[in-house]
Order: sequence, then structure tokens, then C-alpha cells
Amino acid sequence: MSELAITDSRLLFLDPRDNVCTAISPIASGVSLPINGKQVVLKKNIPLGFKVAARDIAINETIVKYGVPIGSATQDISPGELVHLHNMKSDYLPTYTLDKEDGHDGQH
Amino acid sequence: MTGSTELHGYLRKDGRKGIRNYVAVCYLVECAHHVARAIANPFEERGVHLIGFGGCYPNAYASRMMKSLCTHPNVGAVLLVSLGCESFDRQSLEQAVRRSGRHVDTLIIQQTGGTRKTIDKGRAWVESTLAAMQSDVRTPMDLRELVVGTVCGGSDTTSGITANPAIGLAFDQLTAQHATAIFEETGELIGCEHIMAQRALTPELADELVAVVVKAAKYYSTLGQGSFALGNAEGGLTTLEEKSMGAYSKSGSSKICGIIKPGDIPPTGGLYLLDVVPDGPVRFGFPNINDNAEIAELIACGSHLILFSTGRGSVVGSALSPVIKICANPQTYRRMTDDMDVNAGRILEGSATLDQVGDEVYDVLMATARGRQTASESLGHQEFVLTYKYFEPSGPSCLPLA
Repeated sequence: MSELAITDSRLLFLDPRDNVCTAISPIASGVSLPINGKQVVLKKNIPLGFKVAARDIAINETIVKYGVPIGSATQDISPGELVHLHNMKSDYLPTYTLDKEDGHDGQH
Repeated sequence: MTGSTELHGYLRKDGRKGIRNYVAVCYLVECAHHVARAIANPFEERGVHLIGFGGCYPNAYASRMMKSLCTHPNVGAVLLVSLGCESFDRQSLEQAVRRSGRHVDTLIIQQTGGTRKTIDKGRAWVESTLAAMQSDVRTPMDLRELVVGTVCGGSDTTSGITANPAIGLAFDQLTAQHATAIFEETGELIGCEHIMAQRALTPELADELVAVVVKAAKYYSTLGQGSFALGNAEGGLTTLEEKSMGAYSKSGSSKICGIIKPGDIPPTGGLYLLDVVPDGPVRFGFPNINDNAEIAELIACGSHLILFSTGRGSVVGSALSPVIKICANPQTYRRMTDDMDVNAGRILEGSATLDQVGDEVYDVLMATARGRQTASESLGHQEFVLTYKYFEPSGPSCLPLA
């Protein structure tokens, strides 16, 4: 795996090119921990399997996980922030719609 | 890698070698299913497996699948069980098996005199065939002759973090040694098509890789089935391409050398994509009604064994080829330990690295190829399903120049 700058053991980089890492156990809001060499305080609870920004990510910048694009930022994101539906979206243009029943097209 | 890689296999007439030497009892229509099962049942622990096709009306895909499975290298003998009036072309299937050098016979229930007489006759044939197969010997088998398939089922948020990338590392070890590795689920590669295309051996293949995913997206769209459920987001997955990447990571990082369809035998070693989504307009329903439909197709392409990634905890195995369970989620592993072969969830708990679990997957598959039983084999799992489908032959740009 990657030789990245010091990162808390509860966070996992899946590829050295990633700008997000994955929580491998739940981490509570308010915890201070190192991510990619920078000490940050978590503003939200991070559930198991969720993504955390590993560095500053600008609006419209590509989110990289597994070493590949998985979408793009819809706002500026700071290291240690949860990365999910509220601050990123899919770049894939679906040929069909999803999850109709809640009135949304499911494409975030 | 660790341990000896020395393999031995049962040499078949077509040059392929099997890591098991099973008898396949095959029903050729649902009406013959009970009789075939009753023939096979007493021999459950002696390598006699039940497969079959339930449909009464002809289907070229099902015929081809049955022929591929009955001449699979893990199969040494085949007993066909026909009711007598179904459409399945039992004569050409029997001829194909006979030409392949295997023991074969066909029992027609209507001609044999009904259920009881056919069961008695079938069991006697299996008993004498098993005795004849006792003298079958194994010959040295090169790793280049091994074919491994992968599938995921019962996925959760941990699958794409632990088990799937660990399988990808094992796949990289296999392809580096010129073994054949097959991944599939084109419907779960939606969003990965352009990344995947960059790994194509030729520009023509790159176009084909994109095309099969576009085909899958259209097919699923017509069925009205979404590929990103609400539960995915609740589990921490944000986008369709993120979910797809989790599944895609099973393929590892080597070059993709071809696209095959069910029943195609990869012509060389290396990494292949199995296109499981039917061609043409949507007909006959879902492409794959469950995980075993995909496993049967991987086996029909010659897979000697299957690497199966699960997060929520699938228990299935398969007829004909051993299934190795790589459990992604440590909590599931603790709950269902007996059903699992590898605990990839250790990566989440910090007690193993991804590289270590990748090596373990490789070691377990080599031990299985050398004869060790998997968890699903030892528990007697021999699931099998085959449905109606339609495929056109693979195009010339899908396969490497042999």
C-alpha cells in the first residue's frame, strides 16, 4: 500500500492517488487525529466505511478513491471532513433514473 | 507468494486438466429432475454432482452451457437423464461428451420404464463408473493451465474495501504467472467503463469494453432495475461509480486481454471479462437471476474454481467447481465462520494488511487446486441454476490473436 504521510490507523487509503480515505471503524465527532500529516478535529461522526477528505479539495475537483474518479466536489472540502451526498456528486450521466419512489432521480 | 505451486490435474482429451474428477448427473428437463436427483443423492459425498436445464423448449444458450459444463475439465463422467419427450437435443450432447473421451450414458425415463427402474439403472451406472474412475491418475499441471473466476454476492460497504481488492491482488499474482482469470458482472461495471477500457490490450478491445457496459446499462434500464439502492448510500457509498469501483477492484490491475461470453473458453492466459448480459432485445427476463447463474457461466468458460466475495454473508457453493468464500466484513465472519474460507475483514481491524490477505486468498486457491476442500464443499453445497438466454457469437476484436 501507499507510503503516505502519517495518518490515523482508523483511516485507510485504498490507493496512493486518493484524496479521500475510508473509516475502518466508527470515529466520533470532536476527535483530533492526523490525516496525511496534518492534525485535524473531526466535525461530524464518521460511520464505518464512510469517506473522509485527506486534503483540501476545491469545488468541482475530482474525488479520487481506488485511484480513480468516483465523482466531483460540489463545494470546497477541508481535510477531515466527511465526504458524502452533501458535498460531492456523481459524474456519471445515467441512461436511466433510479430510486423514483422518493421523488428524486437518485443521481446525486 | 508462499508455498509450493506444484499442481496435478486429470488430463482430458482436449488437453485441459481438471482439479477434481466428478460425475455429473444431468436432467434435461424439469420432468427428469427428481429422477436425476434420486440417482445422484446416495453418492453425494463421492463426487457425484447434479446439474440440469429445466426448460422443455429449445434454447441455443442452454444447449451450449450444458455442453460446456459436461465437458468441463473437473468432470470425468456424465449421465444424462431425459424424460423422453422434451426438446433438448440429448443425442448431440451425448455425442459431444463421448467425443471428449468421458464416460457417458443417457437414460430415457419413458423408455426405461418409469421412475423406479430409471433410478435403479442410473445408480448402478454411477456405481460402476465410479469404480472405473478409481484408476484415473493425475499428471503435473502448470499454473498456465489453471482458470479462476470471481463473483461477488451479498455485498456491503466492506466488500469494496477488503475482499474485492484482496481478490484483485490474487488475480494479479495469477495473471503474472500466465494463469487465466475471469471477472464478470457487466451491470455492476457501469461508471467504470472508461477506466476499464484503459486496461485493454488493444484499442479495438477498449471500444468493445465500453460497448458491453453500455449494453448492460440499456438492458437493465429496460428491465427498470436500478443499480444503486438507497441502502448503498446509507452504507457510505455516494455514487454509482464508487459502488461499481468496489466490484471492479476484484479484477486487479493487469491488462485485460479479451471479452468472452458464456461457454467461450479463453484462448490464452491472462485477464478476461465475461459478458453475462444477453444480446439483442430484452427477452427471457433478468440476465442473471441469482449468484449461481453467474457462477455456472464462469464454470462454463472453464473456471476450475471460483473466488466469491461476500460482506453480508452468502453461504452458496456450486456444482462442478469449488467456491472459495472471502468474507469482507469481520462481524459477518464471526457470525458465519463455518461458511467462510478467508477473513478479509481483518484488514478493517488492523490485524492484517491488504497485501497479506491477497497472499492468503492466493494460498487458499492454490491449496484448493491441490485438492483441499473449501468450506462450501465440506458443507455439501452444490447449487446450480441455468435459465433461458440469448447471445450472439463474440466479435473478432473481443479476443486476442491466438
